[in-house]
Amino acid sequence: MIRLNINGKDYEVDVENDTPLLWAIRENAGLTGTKYGCGIAQCGACTVHVDGEAVRSCGMQASDAVGKKITTVEGLAVNGTMHRVQKAWIEHDVPQCGYCQSGMIMAVAALLKDKPKPTDQEIDEAITNICRCGTFQQVRAAIHTAAGSNA
Amino acid sequence: MNFIPKLDRRSFVVGTAAAGGGLALGLTLPFGNALAQTASPEVNAWVVIKPDETVVIRIARSEMGQGTLTGLAQLVAEELECDWSKVTTEYPTPGQSVARKRAWGDFSTGGSRGIRESHEYVRKGGAAARMMLVQAAADQWKVPASECTVSKGVISHGASSRSTTYGKVADAAAKVTPPTDIKLKDPKDWTIAGKPLKRLDTVEKTNGQMIYGIDVKLPNMLIAAIKDCPVFGGKLKSYDEAKVAGMKGVKKVLRVNDSTVAVVADTYWHAKTALDALPIVWDDGENVKVSSETIAAWLKEGLADDQPAFVGNQNGDIKDAIAKASRTVEAVYAYPYQNHAPMEPMNATALFTGDRCEVWTGTQNGEAAFAGVLAESGLTPDKCDVHKVMLGGGFGRRGMTDYVRQAVAIAKQMPGTPIKMMWSREEDMLHGKFHPVTQCRMVGSFDDKNNLTGFRMRLSGQSILASVLPARMENGKDPVAFQGLNPRGEAAFGYSVPNLLIDHSMRNPPVPPGFWRGVNVNHNAIYVECFMDELAKSAGMDALEFRRKLMADKPKHLGVLNAVAEKIGWSTPAPQGVYRGLCHHMGFGSYVAGAVEISVLDDGKKIKIHRIVAATDPGYAVNPAQIERQVAGSFVYGLSALFFGECTVKGGRMEQENFDTYDSMRIAQMPKVEAILMPTGHTPWGGVGEPTICVAAPAVLNAYFNATGKRIRTFPLKNHGIGFA
Repeated sequence: MIRLNINGKDYEVDVENDTPLLWAIRENAGLTGTKYGCGIAQCGACTVHVDGEAVRSCGMQASDAVGKKITTVEGLAVNGTMHRVQKAWIEHDVPQCGYCQSGMIMAVAALLKDKPKPTDQEIDEAITNICRCGTFQQVRAAIHTAAGSNA
Repeated sequence: MNFIPKLDRRSFVVGTAAAGGGLALGLTLPFGNALAQTASPEVNAWVVIKPDETVVIRIARSEMGQGTLTGLAQLVAEELECDWSKVTTEYPTPGQSVARKRAWGDFSTGGSRGIRESHEYVRKGGAAARMMLVQAAADQWKVPASECTVSKGVISHGASSRSTTYGKVADAAAKVTPPTDIKLKDPKDWTIAGKPLKRLDTVEKTNGQMIYGIDVKLPNMLIAAIKDCPVFGGKLKSYDEAKVAGMKGVKKVLRVNDSTVAVVADTYWHAKTALDALPIVWDDGENVKVSSETIAAWLKEGLADDQPAFVGNQNGDIKDAIAKASRTVEAVYAYPYQNHAPMEPMNATALFTGDRCEVWTGTQNGEAAFAGVLAESGLTPDKCDVHKVMLGGGFGRRGMTDYVRQAVAIAKQMPGTPIKMMWSREEDMLHGKFHPVTQCRMVGSFDDKNNLTGFRMRLSGQSILASVLPARMENGKDPVAFQGLNPRGEAAFGYSVPNLLIDHSMRNPPVPPGFWRGVNVNHNAIYVECFMDELAKSAGMDALEFRRKLMADKPKHLGVLNAVAEKIGWSTPAPQGVYRGLCHHMGFGSYVAGAVEISVLDDGKKIKIHRIVAATDPGYAVNPAQIERQVAGSFVYGLSALFFGECTVKGGRMEQENFDTYDSMRIAQMPKVEAILMPTGHTPWGGVGEPTICVAAPAVLNAYFNATGKRIRTFPLKNHGIGFA
């Protein structure tokens, strides 16, 4: 039994040492907004924040997240106010199937914390999530809107 | 494609794609079952109006990202004359539909047919509801309905200055006799349809609240992880359950079917961990000898003229044209197997209680899934149902029902316990329904005046229908193999050549094929449109001018081609170091064309795509903003396929198991897509989810030739050491 702090709330979760954080979040904490896509940290659908950093949660053991602050897409809004990335996503109608978007949004939110007004090149380097529907054109536009830099 | 089954009053037939073969179930409808009672009155099958004025529009087709949920709601709302801001949607279940004489028609969502093949009856559903609501108000006021007007859900009688709302008369409207004479609006007068409205499903897709199949939770549910024999056609011989029985969380190890074993546990991680530890003995069978090389050799034989082939398009005398040619040009192309790789691996949740079976899943065809549940459970239609949830991508894969049947097969062995069966990405890659493999030999003949006198195209390779929907084969021929090559219809060839022969030597390797977003136009467009550039080069002509000469009687094909040529600036020189390519095609009732600007680096090993211009003529545009998104997204799917997409067979199984060996485009590789939406009002309407994919590859390949002088004829580009810059 380990204790995970997710979205500001403590969860006592019964997992093994090798259980990936992804499955602890989805199955033990019951927060299913974080998605499974590949299990080998290739696609980014499972991206969450651990102490503010974007992490592909399928590639991190849950036990390594003990004592850290985990944020999932469900916890991105603060006091019911959507994060500016979520607002930009809605403004640009970004999601198609939407399955990859939790991870995409979390990756972008972390990027904007690091680089408030990212250039296209910085976006290209930081955002490596797979989207099979192909929403990238809207993703890029929405990132610039969220950053307030319609570059 | 038109997969609509023949209907009669007492039964319907649902084509359901079972693994390894087609299955058609004739269902006798148990008429008289009541739809589950809802608290709010249903005006008709399509429209429910709640007392608070909320308008619930029922949608039979499946939303998987393509926007059909919003588009179909727009069409109903347009005729309903309701307040769009009050619109929500819900899926009827296939069980409800069967119980109501198939009130919602076809549920199938493939072939880009969601809107184009249901727009008329859903609009009539909206119009009928409007007429009933107005009639109900008129009856209350004792005035003729013709004196009443309606706008945004408010009904008014001007002469007496009275007004009421849909919510207030919905109860009474439900009792009004449905109209039989329904006149639809002229699309010119649309105010909701035809507009670039926002999607109805976006908020839940940005806050983690949208429920996909993988997110389904039921009380006391257990999770199943499965392994199907990796070798196609192989069997499950045995497994050593004792080795994993004591592992944490494991509840049961069971045989799902002839080739599949499952571990059922309290969590997916426990189920997967035990499954990975489970000793399994497979009987690989004969297909273990099959490889990409053996398949390619067999297909290559089919390119010879003396091999039997089904004719798809023919005019003039191609033999004579080639015999009398002043010169001929010949080329052979090939296209690989590809996995759909939707972001959400296959899954389904089933609850079997002995006398009932219910399934929750993301499916592109609720009725096919329903038929699969009936077949696997052995129960009658009144005892089963399928509850559709959001699809984490479909692309054709989720039109199949193999995964639904597996979930039911597991649940059947654990009555009373809901079972969520989840595939790993590896399982999903090994057991796809793959984009079929083909090769193509083409010959063009010229006379001594440099006119193209003949075009001969021999396809050799796999039929999708032979495996998935054999009932739709025509005397052994797969008509869908000729998508984009047909003499007429919704996927018509875009050129007139005096002597023409296009035929198909069908060769079906033991790899299960499926409808892969874009289906057969994807490779057919590459073959034809790259070869057209080869012919133009041989004729010493500009690629656009060469095509135009052959398109005098193809005005709609030419319309989209001209549109992209103009927008890319074909008649003016490209910037220094930038090269252009263009192409066009037709599929799914839509005319599409693409033009690109690229540059190449590292001696041709890197391609930088600067611009993509894409034109689409789907006849009518229901939501231009969503069509633009489908067009842009099509290039991600199409260019991922061109650069990376290949599943190779070795030892009778696929070699690629995850995204590390089956890559997909990232945002860094995404060029700006400039979409030209140019609906010209043709009927039948065209689709938009798939057609544009097929112009992505040939446009880039033609530009690549112009940049390097190298003609690439086998794919993906990674096999040539070529990647994105």
